[in-house]
Amino acid sequence: MRTIQFREALREAMSEEMRRDKSVYLMGEEVAEYNGAYKVSQGMLEEFGPDRIIDTPIAELGFTGLGIGSAMNGLRPIIEFMTFNFSLVAIDQIINSAAKMLYMSGGQYNVPIVFRGATGNAGMLSAQHSQNFENWYANTPGLKVLIPSNPYDAKGLLKSAIRDDDPVIFMESEVMYGEKGEVPEEEYLIPIGVADVKREGKDVTIVSFGKIIKVALEAARELEKEGISAEVIDLRTVRPIDYAAIVNSVKKTNRLVIVEEAWPLAAISSEITYHVQKNAFDYLDAPIQRVNSLDAPLPYAPNLIDVILPSVKRTVESVKSVTYR
Amino acid sequence: MATATKTKTQSKKDTAKKFDKETYLTWFESMLMMRRFEEKSGQLYGQQKIRGFCHLYIGQEACAAGAVSALERGDKYITAYRDHAHPLALGSDPGRIMAELYGKETGLSRGKGGSMHIFDKENNFVGGHGIVGGQIPLGTGLAFAEKYNKTGKLCICYLGDGAVRQGSFHESLNLAMTWKLPVIFVIENNGYAMGTSVQRTSNVTELYKLGEAFDIPSEPVDGMSVEAVHESVSRAAERARKGEGATLLEFRTYRYKGHSMSDPAKYRTKDEVEEYKRKDPIEQVRETILAKKYATEEELLNIDKKIKKTVEESVAFAEQSEFPPVEQAMEDIYAQSDYPFIVD
Ligand SMILES: Cc1ncc(C[n+]2csc(CCOP(=O)(O)OP(=O)(O)O)c2C)c(N)n1
Ligand SMILES: [Mg+2]
Repeated sequence: MRTIQFREALREAMSEEMRRDKSVYLMGEEVAEYNGAYKVSQGMLEEFGPDRIIDTPIAELGFTGLGIGSAMNGLRPIIEFMTFNFSLVAIDQIINSAAKMLYMSGGQYNVPIVFRGATGNAGMLSAQHSQNFENWYANTPGLKVLIPSNPYDAKGLLKSAIRDDDPVIFMESEVMYGEKGEVPEEEYLIPIGVADVKREGKDVTIVSFGKIIKVALEAARELEKEGISAEVIDLRTVRPIDYAAIVNSVKKTNRLVIVEEAWPLAAISSEITYHVQKNAFDYLDAPIQRVNSLDAPLPYAPNLIDVILPSVKRTVESVKSVTYR
Repeated sequence: MATATKTKTQSKKDTAKKFDKETYLTWFESMLMMRRFEEKSGQLYGQQKIRGFCHLYIGQEACAAGAVSALERGDKYITAYRDHAHPLALGSDPGRIMAELYGKETGLSRGKGGSMHIFDKENNFVGGHGIVGGQIPLGTGLAFAEKYNKTGKLCICYLGDGAVRQGSFHESLNLAMTWKLPVIFVIENNGYAMGTSVQRTSNVTELYKLGEAFDIPSEPVDGMSVEAVHESVSRAAERARKGEGATLLEFRTYRYKGHSMSDPAKYRTKDEVEEYKRKDPIEQVRETILAKKYATEEELLNIDKKIKKTVEESVAFAEQSEFPPVEQAMEDIYAQSDYPFIVD
């Protein structure tokens, strides 16, 4: 199978959907003439023209609300945030407008829109450019939150997101855009809300999502050397969460570790922990462990970053603690 | 409110002759409907039939009626939480609006929106928004979609004098004019944002001038004159439909009641309120109708009676309707019909 970059997979997803449906357009800072801050939309202006690939001023609140209004009036916008750190300027519109419109209007106005862009740490960018808000958005009924970890998932999920009739938050990573993976030429869609087993195992379940899943996968390889077989589940979607996939795996392994890039309080890991203790208590042979970022902003100095982010070392230690090794 | 006296209004005699009998009678009926509906809403709030926050439109009726007469069917309307009157002017069923205020299943928003979130898609009324300034980018986006689909329709986006101090206003004006979107921004300047007068919130108190920063054609309008409102909206609509982009209109108006039902409005003088009541938009239209003999006193009284009956019927409808079935709590959250909600 051919391999393409993560950014190319995203571009293919958007371009295919734009060819298929004239109501889909892309809007954001630097998406058109500059070809995208991370070159995701390279060449799209040429194909679709300035009416559908639209550069905005730096006005997230304004163009986010505008996108939502247009979605209430028949269009299917893709709004690109240069990174989700900047979505905070627009979060009022996402939470108070996009997520609430269908409900407040008693079912009259749905909002088919995708907000996409980079999330999480991406090298030494310090505190304002290294944050994870997937759990913030996932907290809000009315939204769906997707966070793929490879080009194949990214393409299939983004196509589903664009066709979805609800507002979707779609999170990528600056450090993943250049990564390559197998993506078939033929069209395919991946359903929203379905987790994927990225590695099978029998001794422990490691749940993760987004680019930090690489830490989990590498830990699994290390653990294998020590005779511990880890199953790694990629959630791919954090709202809704595929609880059944997690519980089924825990029923097999009886042990659970969650690896997540966000801060620990009220994180996706907390939610999963609640769910598993409630619904699979009798299957657990050890307390659930989680590996989140430390409860601190992400600084600039590389040694401090290493301490704060979830690491292979901390993941291996957590697995050893739940397997009593 | 000091600014209103500075308004450059067109002389009433110039404009009055441009409108025919039918237009005047439509305005009279439309505005009186709003007035009676809101008076009733106020009473019902006192009786705790209507709860939550409830903001009345009394005094501002011309701002909605004059726009509806100037625009076309299919043009989109959006406003903030002071939103009972616009849908009435657009032809929404008063019974369904009242039922929404009651929180009943038969309400326009199925009892989930309440007073602040009336929506009526059939009549192109796109809400009903509770975050001050939140509707401004949304309205800009409604207009964006009209342009994208080349429909020839436009969006009229209402906001308060308080909302012009939000960033969303300035960002939206800039986007709308840069992209020549068919949108009419209407500031309903009633002098106050809750208890804070316009003068206390900025050095710029002539609010239409805020449009000048974005090269948007902007003008102050006597918001107590339905004729002036109609004419300014007509001009703005023509520009929008010709592809010339946005217009900013500052309707200088007044709310006779407090900000919401819980506000005794002690921050302003009786004289100020009386001054505006002398310019009452409905009284002005009534006088013109009588002077031009478009109708007799008695005919106007009959219209009022008919309206009062309609309002009473709307109350009866709301009273007799049921609260939404409890399953409604978990419906209309997603368009997806089988979304897997968390059940603990
Ligand atoms: C973002 C936000 N801040 C504060 C409020 C509380 N609030 C509701 S209405 C209002 C005053 C708004 O006044 P104005 O825009 O002039 O509209 P009017 O009520 O006069 O129609 C305030 C402060 C709110 N709803 N939203
Ligand atoms: Mg006001």
